[in-house]
Amino acid sequence: MTTKELAGITVDVDAEGFLTDHKIWNLDLAAAIAQEEGIDPLTDRHVEVLNFMRKEFEENGTAPSIRKMNKLNVVPTKELYALFPGGPAKKAAKIAGLGKPQGCI
Amino acid sequence: MKKLLILGAGTAGTMMLNKMESVLDKEEWDITIVDQYETHYYQPGFLFIPFGIYNRRDVIKPKRDFFPPGVNVIFSKIDLIEADKNQVLLDGGKVLSYDILLVATGTKINPGETDGMEEGGWHKNIFDFYTVEGAVALQQFLKYWEGGKMVLNIVEMPIKCPVAPLEFVFLADWWFTEQGIRDKVDIEFVTPLPGAFTKPKASKVFGEFLNKKGISLTPEFSTGRVDWENNKLVSWDETSIDYDLLITIPTNMGDDLIARSGLGDELNFIPTDKFTLQSQANDNIFVIGDATNLPSSKAGSVAHFQADILQDNLLSYIDGKPLRGKFDGHANCYIESGFGKGILIDFNYDTEPLPGKFPLPGVGPFSLLEETRMNHYGKMMFRWMYWNLLLKGAELPIESHMLMAGKRA
Repeated sequence: MTTKELAGITVDVDAEGFLTDHKIWNLDLAAAIAQEEGIDPLTDRHVEVLNFMRKEFEENGTAPSIRKMNKLNVVPTKELYALFPGGPAKKAAKIAGLGKPQGCI
Repeated sequence: MKKLLILGAGTAGTMMLNKMESVLDKEEWDITIVDQYETHYYQPGFLFIPFGIYNRRDVIKPKRDFFPPGVNVIFSKIDLIEADKNQVLLDGGKVLSYDILLVATGTKINPGETDGMEEGGWHKNIFDFYTVEGAVALQQFLKYWEGGKMVLNIVEMPIKCPVAPLEFVFLADWWFTEQGIRDKVDIEFVTPLPGAFTKPKASKVFGEFLNKKGISLTPEFSTGRVDWENNKLVSWDETSIDYDLLITIPTNMGDDLIARSGLGDELNFIPTDKFTLQSQANDNIFVIGDATNLPSSKAGSVAHFQADILQDNLLSYIDGKPLRGKFDGHANCYIESGFGKGILIDFNYDTEPLPGKFPLPGVGPFSLLEETRMNHYGKMMFRWMYWNLLLKGAELPIESHMLMAGKRA
C-alpha cells in the first residue's frame, strides 16, 4: 500500500491507484481521480452513475456490473463507454473510490 | 415422505442424483429429477467436433443411462420455482412440492444479447461451438474453407469453460497446418480480459503460446455489436475488427426459469454461498454447477468437486446441523494445445494456476502449465471417466480440495 496526494489531502491507495478506503471518498477526490484518468470535467451525469455504484456497493459489497446498470436503466452500456472511455467497469469503480472489480473466471 | 427435488439433469444434476440416491434412506426420502431434454451431451467434446475429431454421435447418450433405479424421472419443461411455497410448477400445470430443492439448471449461450450476432451471418460465417448444432455447422464450414481471417471473440465474462476459447485457437492452428492452409489463415484472439486468461501467471504462459503459434491477441475488447453485413466486430467504443470467419463465445446466462422465478442476478445466475453452496435467499434451496454466481470456473470438473462438498452439506442440513463442507473453488482443466499435446492447470479461489507437477495415483504425475503429450492423453481419457465414473457419482482419484503438493509457488 502506498499514499498519494489527491485534491490536497494524503490518501492510501493500492498498487493501481484505487482508494483502499471507500469511506473517505468525496466529489473532490472523484474529480481528482477522474482527471488522472483523462476525464475532465466530471459532469452531473458522471456523478449520477458514481452515486449509483456507491449505493450498490454499500448494499451488496460489490460494484454493480455494466450489464446491471444497463438493465436497471441507470445508464445504457453505450453511454457508459462514452462517459468512461476505455474500460468503464474499472475506470468508474476507481473514480467512485471503490476497489478494483473482481475479474471473473 | 420427505422430498428432494433436483432441477436439471446435466453434469451437475446427474452427479448429485447419484450421490444422494446412494446415501438417503428410501423409506424416508423421495427423490425426483426434472429435465426438458432426454439426451445428455458430453460438452467437453464439442471442442473437437469442428475439426472432425469427434462427431455428434461421439458426444451423446440417453440421460436415462445415468439415472439410478428407484428415483422419479420427469421429462418436462419447468414453468416456475415458487420458493415461498416450496414448490415447482411444470409446464402443463403439474405441481411438485419439495423439502429440499437442488437447482442445477446450468448456463447457456445467448447470442441474441449482442446486436447483429444472430442475424444474417449466424451459422453462415459466424459460429459458436458451445452447442452441438453450432459445432456441427462449423465442421461443415471448415471442411470447405480456403482461408482468410478467423477471429475468435469472447463477448463478456463469465463464460462456461474459460479455457475452451484458447483450446479452440490452438487446435485451429494445428488443424489449418494439417490441411496445408495455415499460411492462408490469420488467427486473432479477441477478449474483454486484459490478457489471454484471467489469472496472471497462466495469462502470461498462454500469451506466450499464442505468440509462438502466430496467433494475434487483442485484449480489453468489449464487443458491442456485430456488423454482419460488412463482416466487422464492433466494440462499445466503436473500434472495429474485420473478419471472414467469426467464432464467437456469446454472452452466457443462466436459464430463463431462474429469471421468471425471481431467483437470479442480471445474468440469471443464482446468488449462492461460495463455500456451502446454499442459496443466499432460501435455506432449503441449494445450487450447483454453472447455475451459481460463484467466482469459480463454470466447468464440469468444478461441479464434480462441488458435488462432494454439497453431498456432505445436504446431509448436515437434513440432520439440522451446521453446514461444514466448504468448497474452495477448485478447478482442474486439461487444455488441448494442438499437435497431440496438452497443458494442465489446477487452481482454486485463492491459488492461481501454478507450474509444477500434478500427482494422480496410478496414472500421473501430469505437468502443470507445461505442454506435454501426457496431458493430451489425460484429456482424451477423460471422456471415458466422464461417462463411466463421474456422472454416476463414483469416487475419482482426485481430491475435492486443491492440494499444493507438486506445485511451485
